[in-house]
Formats: sequence, structure tokens, C-alpha cells
Amino acid sequence: MGRFHRHDDGTVHSHDHDHDSHDHGHGDHSGYDTGTERIEVLEAIFAENDNRAAVNRDAFDRNGIRALNLMSSPGSGKTTVLGATLDALAGEFAVGIVEGDIATDLDAAKLAGRGAQISLLNTSNGFGGECHLDAPMVNRALSGLDLPALDVVIIENVGNLVCPAEFEVGEHAKAMVYSVTEGEDKPLKYPVMFRSVDLVLLNKIDLVPHLDADIDTYVARVREVNPTAVVLPVSARTGEGMDAWFDWLRAFVRN
Amino acid sequence: MHELSLCQAIAGVVKPHAAGRRVDVVRVQVGALRQVVPETLSFCWTLVRDHQGMNGAELELELVPAEVACRACGEQSTIASRWSVYCPRCDSPDVAVVRGEEFLVTSVDVT
Repeated sequence: MGRFHRHDDGTVHSHDHDHDSHDHGHGDHSGYDTGTERIEVLEAIFAENDNRAAVNRDAFDRNGIRALNLMSSPGSGKTTVLGATLDALAGEFAVGIVEGDIATDLDAAKLAGRGAQISLLNTSNGFGGECHLDAPMVNRALSGLDLPALDVVIIENVGNLVCPAEFEVGEHAKAMVYSVTEGEDKPLKYPVMFRSVDLVLLNKIDLVPHLDADIDTYVARVREVNPTAVVLPVSARTGEGMDAWFDWLRAFVRN
Repeated sequence: MHELSLCQAIAGVVKPHAAGRRVDVVRVQVGALRQVVPETLSFCWTLVRDHQGMNGAELELELVPAEVACRACGEQSTIASRWSVYCPRCDSPDVAVVRGEEFLVTSVDVT
């Protein structure tokens, strides 16, 4: 693959060979007699995020909480899944929800009054809004929850199949909602997200009769990028298959 | 998608090492399994560096191909697929990713 860089005049190129120093006529990188010093760094660019994720995980562990990072594309049904989950399980264990959205409190309002603590996290501060939740954001949201009173925290990430997969937030497991209306090719188009998760809820299966697709094809596509994830076909709307998800969550919380 | 904030994170890693000296080159390794778009990262760097007191610092990206070690056939191979990490030799899914998830600042040149 080699090296890739961009020059000040806007030209971009890559080299197929490796070389330690080069000169393209804009500054001397030769390292000789110019006072230039090469400093070895070897630091992960996500280190600051990952350190804060460890702080979050520690806060969860100290309070005996299991944390799940729930991701998906926009409109896959995360909030509907969570609503049905609260209706079924809120009496069984104490649930906290970190509700991430670029803007609005619409999702938080849908989940309010259904037996969970909810901490809303809008990411729209600044330039256009962040496309994901990162560990410092989740850390801020945790101050909106009474952690000692909780058994499980579900972090509803920003709807996006790309960026959330890159950021650890302190969770113990990652899950995603993947709806059949998105098409069976999505695992191949967004492999990093699909590879990162422990569980895939294949949602909206009540719509399969209206689509030119079958559940086996969706499951096979998930398997191509993630051979080990649990895949559960569900319909949050009709309740079909949801018992298997509730059982998975029970086992996760008790773990 | 968030290359602008990645560039800010890169600048945050570089700064303590530069310790006030002029930064000429920043070398970053990007694994093929990362969702970083090299062209976008390079463009965003030209926006971020000036605000971080690193005017003119060149961002040099080393793109690292993905490699898997297969537990079924015991071979280690480079994978060309953009989505599948199955062993390209025996098609087993029982693999460990050994390269391709890198995203780090390897070195900087300062004057």
C-alpha cells in the first residue's frame, strides 16, 4: 500500500515503496545538518478516548452495572426495540439509558415514563454535530444517571453505520439493530460495524413478505463479516422473536 | 466522517512531543480495516494544523494492509477483500486479525 500524502498545492500522491526521507522541493527532510530531529512517538490516536472509556467501564464495574453499546443506521428501530424492552423487563432489573442523538429529545420522550432512568445526550454542539458517541460524551451523560441504583446501562448510539464502530465508550458488549428494509448487502458495505458487535437484532421481520429477500440471506451476509455474533430475527413492532432478545439481555445483565 | 476530529486528536498526540519546536512531518499509520479516508484525513489536516500552531507540517500516511492468521490452516495471509476477513487460502472464518487495525502516530520530525 505504501505512503500517501498531500502537498500544499493540493496534489495528492502515494508511493509504493518505503523510504525514510524524501524531498519534493518544499523543505529539507533529509535529516542532515538542518537541526531536524526525528522523534519516535508510537501513540494510538484513540488513546485519549480509550483512557476515558476505561474510566467509564470502571464506573460501571464499581456499581455492578453491565453496559451495552447499541448501534445501528438511522431508522432501524433502536428506540422501538428499547421501548418494547423496557415494557417487558423494567420490572425485572433497573435500566439506565444514555440516549444519543445529534439533535432533539424525541427519542428520550418516547422512552420516558416506561420505567428507566434516561440521560439525553445531544451531540449537535459545534460544527454540524458529531456522528457518534465517544467516551468523554458518555462520561458526561453518566452524571445524569443514579448509577448505584442501576443493573444495566444501554447506550443508544447516534444512528450511523460508520463512525460509532470506531469509538469504545466503556461498554461490556456491543449490539446492533439491523432492519430488513436496509437491504441484505449492508454487512458487506459497513463491515467494521458488523464485525465489531456481539449481537445483531435483525429487526422488522414482519415486513419480509413485502420484500424480495429472505431472512437466511441477511443472516448469511452477517456471517460473512462476523462468524461469531449472535443473530436474532425480531420484530419490535409485533413482538415476534423478542423473547430471545430478552433472554440474551437477561444473561448479559447477570454475567 | 469524523476526520476533522481525528486530525485534532493527531495534533493532540504530536504537541507534547514537539514541545514548542517546529513540526515538519507527522507520520501516521492507518490500517486497512480502519474507516479512515486518506484523502479526507489529509485535507482536514491542512485545516487543523494551522490552528494548532503546526503550519506547514506535512502529514505522511503509511497505509497498512490487513493480515490474518488462520487457526484452521495455520497460514498467515494478506487479505484483499474490503469486507471479509476469512482466510483467503482455506476460506475459514476462524482467524485472528494480526495487522490492519493500526491507527497511530509513529514519529514526527521537528526542527
